[in-house]
Amino acid sequence: MSTANRNQQQSGSVIDIRHLHTRYGKAVVHEDASLSVRPGEIFSLVGASGCGKSTLLRAVIMLLQPVSGSIKVFGQEVVGLSDEEALPLRRRYGVMFERGALFSSLTVAENVSMVLREHTQLSKALIDEVVALKIALTGLPADAGAKYPNELSGGMRKRASLARAIALDPELLFLDEPTAGLDPLSASGIDELVKSLRDVLGLTIMMVTHDLDLLWRTADRVAVLDKGQILGTGSMTELSKMDHPLVREYFYGPRGRAAREQAWKRK
Amino acid sequence: MTARQVARFEIETGTAAVPASVNIRCTGAWTVQGIAPVEQPLTAVAQTDAVDCVIDASAISALDTAGAWLLHRTVRTLEQRGARTVRIIGLRPEFNTLLQLITAHAATAEPAVLPKVSLLAGIGAQTWYSLIHLTGMLAFIGESAIVFLRSLLHPRRIRWLPILHNLQTAGFEALPITGLLSFLMGVVIAYQGADQLQQFGANIFVVDLVGLAMLRELSPLLTAIIVAGRSGSAWAAQIGTMKIGEEIDALRTIGVGPQELLVQPKILALIIALPLLTVFADITGVIGGMVMASNMLDISFQLFIDRLEVAVSLSSFLTGVSKAPVFAVIIALVGCFQGFQASGSADSVGRQTTVSVVHSIFLVIVADALFSIVFNWLEL
Repeated sequence: MSTANRNQQQSGSVIDIRHLHTRYGKAVVHEDASLSVRPGEIFSLVGASGCGKSTLLRAVIMLLQPVSGSIKVFGQEVVGLSDEEALPLRRRYGVMFERGALFSSLTVAENVSMVLREHTQLSKALIDEVVALKIALTGLPADAGAKYPNELSGGMRKRASLARAIALDPELLFLDEPTAGLDPLSASGIDELVKSLRDVLGLTIMMVTHDLDLLWRTADRVAVLDKGQILGTGSMTELSKMDHPLVREYFYGPRGRAAREQAWKRK
Repeated sequence: MTARQVARFEIETGTAAVPASVNIRCTGAWTVQGIAPVEQPLTAVAQTDAVDCVIDASAISALDTAGAWLLHRTVRTLEQRGARTVRIIGLRPEFNTLLQLITAHAATAEPAVLPKVSLLAGIGAQTWYSLIHLTGMLAFIGESAIVFLRSLLHPRRIRWLPILHNLQTAGFEALPITGLLSFLMGVVIAYQGADQLQQFGANIFVVDLVGLAMLRELSPLLTAIIVAGRSGSAWAAQIGTMKIGEEIDALRTIGVGPQELLVQPKILALIIALPLLTVFADITGVIGGMVMASNMLDISFQLFIDRLEVAVSLSSFLTGVSKAPVFAVIIALVGCFQGFQASGSADSVGRQTTVSVVHSIFLVIVADALFSIVFNWLEL
């Protein structure tokens, strides 16, 4: 067993963020943010637009260097890691970007197979089959594989992006606004998908979302961010009992209430 | 990679008691990283004509979708080959759930096949595309002309700010590079000419050579090529990116014609900027020739300028500069048109940008050749 795995078991968390400070130019984004994500859970970051959710995600996936603080992924410190050192770690997680970020000059199937061709020694035939399977798993029709991203609708593009993110069967999945811009039907399809991925593949999922329905249905734990600080972390039920005005507004605003009632009805 | 992380399997075939049976005992990590070594052998095993097959999966330590797919594929191939029973035994419950999920989705998982295009169809499509492109270009020129006429009727609708902005980026900011290249061109011509002229003792004619070559032909052409590479490409990329980001559509919905806001100011700005740049290139080119002439042929600056007045008539200067507005229209129209042709992907913006530079340089040189013929007729 690798050292990374052992560390992870010792600390009991997949992602461990301690005293994180980040900055965009002169604007301070995070001040002393700390949180941890446990193995196998669906962890979500919520908060108003511009509160630093996506920035936090970008720091964890090593697209942004924090000013100070520590981020441990699978027990390994990622702050200040070189690209070469980061590669083994990057193979262990998949990222689904908010706007898909599919490579526009490749078909959907090529987008997914590219990851497999880069990082595995499988034969082309098997790669093609695995790619088709991933595309089917995300609920896309089989003929979507031969299409280019600009020929797809927004929802299909998200699914294709998810198919690429899970191409290598990552242990950790990052989802940036997985349901933003989707119709309710597609969005609830994504809910189910996220859940079944976690249940069947045992993934740990960290997502950023505004979608209250998605949160009630899938998230095990949620962290509320405001002005670069974490107001609270807990399950949706715990958070909805919190007494912070902002959190209350979030959960007891008209949309929050509707989503909560829906969630209660389901139970 | 340690032994634990690799997938393995062992086969026991047909005992005497149960003929034509196969036992496949799988061990190790059946994951996307681990199954590479077993892929080929397992495909071979699946080709055997066994009647009964048992896959013992109890020793599989890790299974992911790729591994589960390989198991599923093996089972399916065996069944298709006519095996009577194929069983997987000993699979851990969580792995079993995964395998069931894979099996459920297998029916819809067909590798995507890109439609093949025959040679003839390819030629046809290309021809059709070229025709569409040509009519598109004609329509674009027509639209630009209409917008231009309309703004002549309503001069207040001309957008001066974008014109000034384009004058700065395409004109003023191009001064250093145009000046430098033209200067060097003057140096090169004087240098090449000096050697030949010295042989005939006709040193002073280097002035005629540099003056006429630069003013009539080289500086308009050089300037146009620099601007096509510098600004034509930038405009194609700008408009292409805007098109992909639906910004062009947004402009239309706001009721602002993209032609009016994006194309016309560029054309007008370049019609002003390119002749001025050409004059600047004339000057620096002649200075380059002058420096070289004084170095190699001992022709003083004073003598050079005196001779220049005699050698180069006003009409030579004007024939050169008069080409510039035409080149300007070509460069701006082609650059903008190619930008509007972009669709869908980042790839296409790159392609249209390349096309814009190639086409505008090509058309500029063709136009230059036509000018030569016309001026020859007019005996200018």
